[in-house]
Amino acid sequence: MYEITKVEHLVDKDWLMVVKAPFVAKKCEPGQFLIVKLGELGERIPLTIADYDREEETITIVFQVVGASTEKMSKLKAGDCFTDVVGPLGKPSEMIDTPIDELKKQSIIFIAGGVGAAPVYPQVKWLHAHGIEADVILGARSKDLLIMEDDLRKVAANVYVCTDDGSYGDKGVVTDILKKLVNEQGKKYTQCIAIGPVIMMKFACLTTKDLGIPTIVSMNPIMIDGTGMCGACRLVVGDQVKFACVDGPEFDGHLVDFDLAMKRQRQYKDEEGRAMLALQEGATHSGGCEADK
Amino acid sequence: MNNSMTRVPVREQDAKVRATNFDEVCLGYNDEEAVLEAERCLNCKNPLCMKGCPVSIHIPDFITKIKEKDIAGAADVIALSSALPAVCGRVCPQETQCEGKCVRGIKGEAVSIGKLERYVADWAREHDYVAAKAGEPNGKKVAVIGSGPSGLTCAGDLAKLGYDVTIFEAFHQPGGVLVYGIPEFRLPKDRVVRPEIENVKKLGVKIDTNVIVGRSLTIDDLLNDEGFDAVFVGSGAGLPRFMNIPGESANGVYSANEFLTRNNLMKAFREDADTPIKVGKKVVVVGGGNVAMDAARTALRLGAEVHVVYRRSEEELPARVEEVHHAKEEGIIFDLLQNPVEIYVDENDWVKGMKIQRMKLGEPDASGRRRPEEIPGDVYDLDCDMVIMSLGTSPNPLIKQTTEGLDTNKHGCIIAKEENGQTSKTAVFAGGDAVTGAATVILAMGAGKAAAKGIDDFLNGRA
Repeated sequence: MYEITKVEHLVDKDWLMVVKAPFVAKKCEPGQFLIVKLGELGERIPLTIADYDREEETITIVFQVVGASTEKMSKLKAGDCFTDVVGPLGKPSEMIDTPIDELKKQSIIFIAGGVGAAPVYPQVKWLHAHGIEADVILGARSKDLLIMEDDLRKVAANVYVCTDDGSYGDKGVVTDILKKLVNEQGKKYTQCIAIGPVIMMKFACLTTKDLGIPTIVSMNPIMIDGTGMCGACRLVVGDQVKFACVDGPEFDGHLVDFDLAMKRQRQYKDEEGRAMLALQEGATHSGGCEADK
Repeated sequence: MNNSMTRVPVREQDAKVRATNFDEVCLGYNDEEAVLEAERCLNCKNPLCMKGCPVSIHIPDFITKIKEKDIAGAADVIALSSALPAVCGRVCPQETQCEGKCVRGIKGEAVSIGKLERYVADWAREHDYVAAKAGEPNGKKVAVIGSGPSGLTCAGDLAKLGYDVTIFEAFHQPGGVLVYGIPEFRLPKDRVVRPEIENVKKLGVKIDTNVIVGRSLTIDDLLNDEGFDAVFVGSGAGLPRFMNIPGESANGVYSANEFLTRNNLMKAFREDADTPIKVGKKVVVVGGGNVAMDAARTALRLGAEVHVVYRRSEEELPARVEEVHHAKEEGIIFDLLQNPVEIYVDENDWVKGMKIQRMKLGEPDASGRRRPEEIPGDVYDLDCDMVIMSLGTSPNPLIKQTTEGLDTNKHGCIIAKEENGQTSKTAVFAGGDAVTGAATVILAMGAGKAAAKGIDDFLNGRA
């Protein structure tokens, strides 16, 4: 069992938890993920590692309530336990293996969309710890959905905020800010790392391709085992089939087939929707209709 | 003595009934049936059956004990050689192993060795009889990577020799393919697999789940920091192959591993499980091995019409004869000498059919099997709304990538000596599918056994 030592409701449907997981905390690096499971019959849920404390043997996860399992997770309190936590999984970010001198020559911009701010944070923090200040564009639908702004401001050179509705920061989407920074303010970036909803990463990549900035994305497909033995998380990257759990989750964004990735993500939306309704409403028509079974 | 040329038949669930449930198909022998079948054994002086068994169980000896109605004694005999008899009695391909060599099989039917082994193991479990005993502690620590058949066997044998053994398992449950791969209806999890693993734990073996070697820990960590004197790698071959044909990334195309893992490990067939599973109305399983049969029969139980598409003929089907027979009885349709060349996708990104190429058998290839060849122009379209690819698996590259000095071959299989499992890296031994590529449970157990002896020799300066 893996004890939850802290629970924090961030905004709306976003939650933060600190979990005791010695093996993961000891070895994990920015860019990697873990899998949590709640209950004997719970499903395995992949989540990016948002922070870690090697001394305390804890890891931080940030998740959004999107279905029945994450809804159940959001009901947990400090002192409760996950049945299973396994990791770290996936490859660490490329920067981890890049010589610091090389990194210092680069000018790095992160693009974080919505809950994607969580996986961006450990990377920016890691760079900061190694004397490298990166810029961050942080986007959300509205002001009350922004997360981790303060944390990011502590470790980034500049944080540029935008909201779709203009309730905070610039009105618009993350790509508008990037274009403004490059085209109007003359910023030159040699590397972009974009993490967020697939649709955001797709459009970020279309923009950075135009601007000639190499871009890494962190993919979040459906996963079961997370260890490379089922292929549920397969993606097409530059005409090759890749397993996000072992070959990624980070890939060259200019080579990823985002449209296919979005289609594959929707594979279980009916089942997920029904499970969510069943949890919220019990066995009512929408949740437990016999005809659905 | 029972001189019947045919074996005592084993009771099974009726095909029509079992096609709708996940209960075990084969019901096994009762006491009378077991003794009657045991009496068919001629107790050969030079028992060929033993030569066919990869872990060399003293077959005539344990069968003699059954004849004497000393079932505990029979369990003791089996325990000398095998840690997982309730599993092996169920899933071994006995027709090509022990039973394939039985002299009774020359003029009639071989003695039902597998069913007798199963009977003894089930009796022992039902009577809480634990045959194996842990050895005197010798103060040495061995790490075992993977809790599948090879790891459990190696760990069990080492514990019997007095070693302090810890198994590291990446999943949340131990058992490897016994829990994620082989379905309930062939190998019940709670009733058979779990108690069998508990027996290994009763020998003092510790099992750490949720630890993925190569990520949570490396082999060098185990040897240098964690104080282990040797490591056995039994990480299996879990990386699925795909065909690389158009449409294969469409929704509704699964690897057999994904489909079976959802259903067996995550229990998606149960209403109260959180993991979802989709099953189409018409499912095509591509491939002809045991895993293909398991996937096909699982899809059938979830309510689908199921076709097995295989590029060779029935004679070449790599699956066990018994499983093919069961599959046919249950209503699985075999489309033989056919090979998919494209998957069609509908406007909702979902599979809607396949383009199938008809094949014929040509000359034998290097493996001695007749090579399937396309019949030019003979293609047709097969409607379906789900495809399960069951084309075999390869070892996961993670351990290789993270272990300095561990040699692998071009297929990614760890190179290890057959007689003792020694790899290119000192103190590291390997066996099972991680070495051979996908094979059988019993071969993995045999390799685990050989490696346990190899590790014992190594740590005692005998090798």
